[in-house]
Amino acid sequence: MSRIAAQFAKLKAQQRKALIPFITAGDPEPGITVPTMHAMVEAGASILELGVPFSDPMADGPVIQLASERALKHHVGLRDVLAMVRQFRHQDDTTPVVLMGYLNPIEVMGYEAFAAAAAEAGVDGVLTVDMPPEESAVLVEALRKHELDPIFLLAPTTGEARIKRICDQASGFVYYVSVKGITGSAALDADEVAARLDLIRSKTALPVGVGFGIKDGPSAARIAQMADAVIVGSALVKRFEALAQESDKIPVQAAAFISELRTAMDG
Amino acid sequence: MSNDSRFASLLDLPDERGHFGPYGGVFASETLMEALDELRQAYEHYKHDEDFLAELDYELRHFVGRPSPVYHAKRWSEKLGGAQIWLKREDLNHTGAHKINNTVGQALLAQRMGKKRIIAETGAGQHGVATATVTARYGMECVVYMGAEDIQRQKINVYRMNVLGARVEAVSSGTRTLKDALNEAMRDWVTNVDDTFYIIGTVAGPHPYPAMVRDFQSVIGREARVQMQEMVGKLPDALVACVGGGSNAIGLFHPFLTDDEVAFYGVEGGGLGLESGQHAAPLCAGKPGVLHGNRTYLMEDKDGQITGTHSISAGLDYPGVGPEHAWLKDSGRANYVIATDDEAMAAFHELSRTEGIIPALESSHALAYAAKLAPTMEKDQVILVNLSGRGDKDIHTVARMEGIEV
Repeated sequence: MSRIAAQFAKLKAQQRKALIPFITAGDPEPGITVPTMHAMVEAGASILELGVPFSDPMADGPVIQLASERALKHHVGLRDVLAMVRQFRHQDDTTPVVLMGYLNPIEVMGYEAFAAAAAEAGVDGVLTVDMPPEESAVLVEALRKHELDPIFLLAPTTGEARIKRICDQASGFVYYVSVKGITGSAALDADEVAARLDLIRSKTALPVGVGFGIKDGPSAARIAQMADAVIVGSALVKRFEALAQESDKIPVQAAAFISELRTAMDG
Repeated sequence: MSNDSRFASLLDLPDERGHFGPYGGVFASETLMEALDELRQAYEHYKHDEDFLAELDYELRHFVGRPSPVYHAKRWSEKLGGAQIWLKREDLNHTGAHKINNTVGQALLAQRMGKKRIIAETGAGQHGVATATVTARYGMECVVYMGAEDIQRQKINVYRMNVLGARVEAVSSGTRTLKDALNEAMRDWVTNVDDTFYIIGTVAGPHPYPAMVRDFQSVIGREARVQMQEMVGKLPDALVACVGGGSNAIGLFHPFLTDDEVAFYGVEGGGLGLESGQHAAPLCAGKPGVLHGNRTYLMEDKDGQITGTHSISAGLDYPGVGPEHAWLKDSGRANYVIATDDEAMAAFHELSRTEGIIPALESSHALAYAAKLAPTMEKDQVILVNLSGRGDKDIHTVARMEGIEV
């Protein structure tokens, strides 16, 4: 069983939901990423989503874009991100790690070379924001060959037939983007999310994570009542921005925030 | 057009999912897929709709001022001592560049799709002005995203957009140029997808944009093909056009695709020269990759990060290029070359003084290459250069380069 499937099975047995924090690898400097990953696991994170810095993150809002820019100041590339995962695995062989990013760095490395290197480093899933299922056959094949889960996004605008098609290609979990717009944009309509989740679940048995618009304990708790996983990105990365000049405080602060969400979700 | 052309297969592109060989496609986030599909369906429908085409034709004739003439640059040709250089005068269009051919088409499409809010990105400001112009003409709301760096370089166009009633949003992220404006416009579209139409100004982006913009710009080549036969009794031996994203070049080239005897030259922004690394020439010096919704040649580093570009001309300052150009390069149909900043500046002055036409700095790159090509050809041969825009907008840039206060 993959680390992702094992984690969801374990949480299900405990009647808990997954908490998935997103951070950008190398933000605000490369040395802080692995300690922060461990600290967040300790505080209750179930799966870690690691952003691969990219120069042109079109689907992200200003918070995540600035995180990419901070990491790119240190020239953190895909190979460095894989090295961080490898280092993380020295101490943690169970917490799943999902890479999230844009296609071009993977395209440059080559799909097969990337999939092999990612699997060897201990990556479990890969989400490429700008690669919809229509274009992804070759990459998905390479990922599957190396037992990596291809993770796909579903949007509020994704139609029924398309939901089915996407879920059939996905494994691990699917990621429902709960609001229209870029990462870090506002307001979350819980009723609408619940209705969409019902629709998605009628098409797939995969766990469904919900991201975009989760800011604090109460919003995380609300989503945890409906979804299998709560994904938090911009609200967490904002804390990195505030601490960019004193990055040694980031692991503790990130852990405190994760712990706050975990407590609200479990409560 | 003859069907025995070596290049007949290029006519059927893109395929139904927007591919030109390995290039093009739809590399967009899931949040945009529905909107892109809606646009694709609307375009597929209206491109065959007689009322739509009749209105487009009327607007191009009476609002834009088409057809634009072809002009024999006789004195300049004589000076160069080789092939005869003709200019397709897109600079004489309303707003002074080819960009309006496409914005009229997309605005009419937006109207039919019931979208009242228009967004656009702009580099040199020409596409922004062309968009602000049509949104004023059709009574639509308009927001134009422009890199903060480009706003500095093109103040007059910024003010022109304001006069036309558009809001110009400065983009301060990344390299503060066209690519960042494009990122920001995409973000706006993702957020406001219900009532907003995104008018992309070049033949790049996710399908259907490269094909749709090409079709709207192909009026350039369709006219030129007829005009050249009328004026010189034959097709040109060579077509020359500058390539940033590549819309004026595709617009000129496409109707000549299967005229095998007509050579194509796309001229990229050579900046300070390819060896300097300071240029905007993805086709000449880049590698294939994925950016802004399509696979194409890009300027990127070893990690796949998109690198900054340099060109004296804001309209060429883009690290990617339309996917059809990528395929025209690989298939051998078109040649891609560069002109440096200095060569473009020289051509800018040369055409101004010899022919009384001040060309845009973008178009000056095409002129600079034509000036190299002409002396290698016979006097009875013909080069048609797409004079894609007029140079009034660049007067301040040129003066500043030469240390003159205007």
